[in-house]
Amino acid sequence: MPVLCNRCEIKKAHLKRPKTGHSLCKECFFWVFEEEVHHSILSAKLFNRGETVGIGASGGKDSTVLAHVMKVLNERYDYGLNLILLSVDEGITGYRDDSLETVKRNQKQYELPLKIVSYEELYGWTMDTIVKQVGLKNNCTFCGVFRRQALDRGAMMLEVDKICTGHNADDVAETVLMNFLRGDIARLRRCTAISTGSEGAIPRCKPLKYAYEKEIVLYAYFKKLDYFSTECIYSPNAYRGHARSFLKDLESIRPSSIIDVIHSGENLSVKEEVRMPIQSNCARCGYISSQKLCKACVLLEGLNRGLPKLGIGKHHKLQDKLLKSQPLTEEEEKKFKRISF
Amino acid sequence: MLGKNRLVFPGEKVLLAVSGGPSSSSLLFQVQEGLSHKASKKLRFVPGIVHIEEGAACGKIQEERTKIVADLKSIFSTSGFPFVIVYLEEVFSLPSSVLQSIFSLPTEKDDLYKEAVAGFMQSYHTSVKKNLCHEKVAQETTLTEDHPHVSLLSTHAHANGTSISAFRGDFPYSPEQTKAVEKLFASVKTLTAKEEMLQTLRKHLILHTARIKGYSKVMMGDSCTRLAVKLLANICLGRGAFLAMDTGFSDPRHGDITIIRPMREYSSKEIAFYNKLFGVPSVFTAGLNTKAPEKASIQHLTESFIVKLQADFPSTVSTIYRTSEKLNPRYSQTPADDKGTETCLLCSCALGIELRDEASAFRAISISEELSQSKKPEGGQVSSSTTEECCAENKVETLESSGCSCQSRERRNTTPDLWSLLCYSCKLVVKDMTSLDLLPEYILEEANRRRRRQVVY
Repeated sequence: MPVLCNRCEIKKAHLKRPKTGHSLCKECFFWVFEEEVHHSILSAKLFNRGETVGIGASGGKDSTVLAHVMKVLNERYDYGLNLILLSVDEGITGYRDDSLETVKRNQKQYELPLKIVSYEELYGWTMDTIVKQVGLKNNCTFCGVFRRQALDRGAMMLEVDKICTGHNADDVAETVLMNFLRGDIARLRRCTAISTGSEGAIPRCKPLKYAYEKEIVLYAYFKKLDYFSTECIYSPNAYRGHARSFLKDLESIRPSSIIDVIHSGENLSVKEEVRMPIQSNCARCGYISSQKLCKACVLLEGLNRGLPKLGIGKHHKLQDKLLKSQPLTEEEEKKFKRISF
Repeated sequence: MLGKNRLVFPGEKVLLAVSGGPSSSSLLFQVQEGLSHKASKKLRFVPGIVHIEEGAACGKIQEERTKIVADLKSIFSTSGFPFVIVYLEEVFSLPSSVLQSIFSLPTEKDDLYKEAVAGFMQSYHTSVKKNLCHEKVAQETTLTEDHPHVSLLSTHAHANGTSISAFRGDFPYSPEQTKAVEKLFASVKTLTAKEEMLQTLRKHLILHTARIKGYSKVMMGDSCTRLAVKLLANICLGRGAFLAMDTGFSDPRHGDITIIRPMREYSSKEIAFYNKLFGVPSVFTAGLNTKAPEKASIQHLTESFIVKLQADFPSTVSTIYRTSEKLNPRYSQTPADDKGTETCLLCSCALGIELRDEASAFRAISISEELSQSKKPEGGQVSSSTTEECCAENKVETLESSGCSCQSRERRNTTPDLWSLLCYSCKLVVKDMTSLDLLPEYILEEANRRRRRQVVY
């Protein structure tokens, strides 16, 4: 007796949903997945009519599925949005150049305009050269900070109103866990918000926030979408890896724990006496920042001076010195030189 | 730590919850030291000890349990405080008032504290001159009251004094009662839910003991490491909203009884060193997840994760501790409107947080459940009558009623009305149970009472 789909009860079930454990046939699964994203968008009021929306596309499964679903929903429910693909080239050979090819193919398939910004043209450094200077332990910080700025600058060049990224439920849950383990109160409050951003910066949202990674993979597989599926070669030593393996183990014990973690993260509240960072603009490049110099400028400064650990850790007192481009003293320099790995 | 928080008034009766493990034994030892005459800064409260014997849940044999209880009794009697040992079987004879919180009017704590201290010091000085022998007599009478026999709390146990005395000194519960506890725990399918249920029952027993014996504060011996594990596990279980109450220094959820955790700044390593250096006796009692594989339950997984992480990043536990200090209990209850805010049946936390935001994880998962099911609620199920009944009953929260109809298919064909009385994480525990009838009476009684009150409003 074949198992019937839980929803239509006519066709044979093709898969078992990781989120709820129900058995569904292909068509019902597509419909349910798209409906859930539609519901996330509606209930959080993410978009308004006539807006231009930039989709952060890396060629991986999340952004491919995001582009596909956004296009489908835009037509089906008539959101009235202009969609553009936005891609960032970090300069990692063997990883990013291949995935960019995938993005170019996606562009042709979905008939959406595409813009690529690269670290080389924005900062003068590629990830390969950065890793040679920094080592393998803290490079994810550089990549993440630079990518965020690159995405914003690309969006400003294209004059989009909002950016949406393909962060899925697993990503958000990992971020909650990671921030909790690191004691980062400021980020803990913001990271579960489905839409972030403030005046001066382009708001960014995560329509796939409640979609499990496994379901995204299933969706891409059954729809035969074209995506690039290798891990970044520099990622194995990141702190996030610990949070990720923990989350995967949790999911194997209880599949709903991913949503439970997000639920907990959303309901965390911080006492009022806790000091939160205030937002202002970077003195050098004008980007938003909570310190005098934005993180990207600090990191770049460190790279250019050959002091790769300048941006890692907390050194508020040196911000003034950097601003005035004063040379650092001998002892200070020693602290920031790369430690052998 | 106690002085900074000004929670324990001098002369107050405080119950120490001692499990026999290293940190609670250390707590007991330090309280003894603090109360003795040679301490430089004397503690000024009246302690009592309670130990909850949980062998029934773990399926231990009787000889093991009596041996452990005997070891503990010897430790407790050397301390000189009145003690009581409560068995898990008593859970079936608790009254339903355990689940209610009784709030009194908020008072200016600081002034009261200073006055109380001043008054106490005065009376102490006058009494010490005259009534040295009187004090000693008073202590002895309290000792003989609850010591050394196992004292039973339920009122009808005192009525059948004859049958109880037959067991006294040996093991006070019949095998049927033990079987009932075992059946309850067997009906919970996952180890995670079992541990949660055990914790809840344990807390209820402690609360009941405190209320009956007139204690207003309870001290738990949770160490820093244990609390860090609990914090992370609670996040994974969906209890993020109540982190501050579950792991903070004081837990005011139950109104008249406050739970305090004075050992929360000491890591388990420090406690181990202290115990070794000062020769603190402790008894190891195997728990539900002793020797279980790493992925057996969420709590166990979290513990091994944090311990491993601590080895690579030594600041993990203290960072988590500091983070927990900065948290506020969201939507905390205030005595003024305790009629308006409802509380969860099992854990006494505020209900209804998930319904406050429009776009939240809770709504997302309810939509997922709804969409994945076929539209017709009755599809030839046995429990179709209860499905309709509970859909009709749950007019209060519409989303939950649709979730209810979907889920009451296979599992919960009895008492689906518990669903709306529980918070998010207690719902997850109950979901794992095959039958809700095995829950102790007091829970079911209280559930019925609250349901009737809900229908009235």
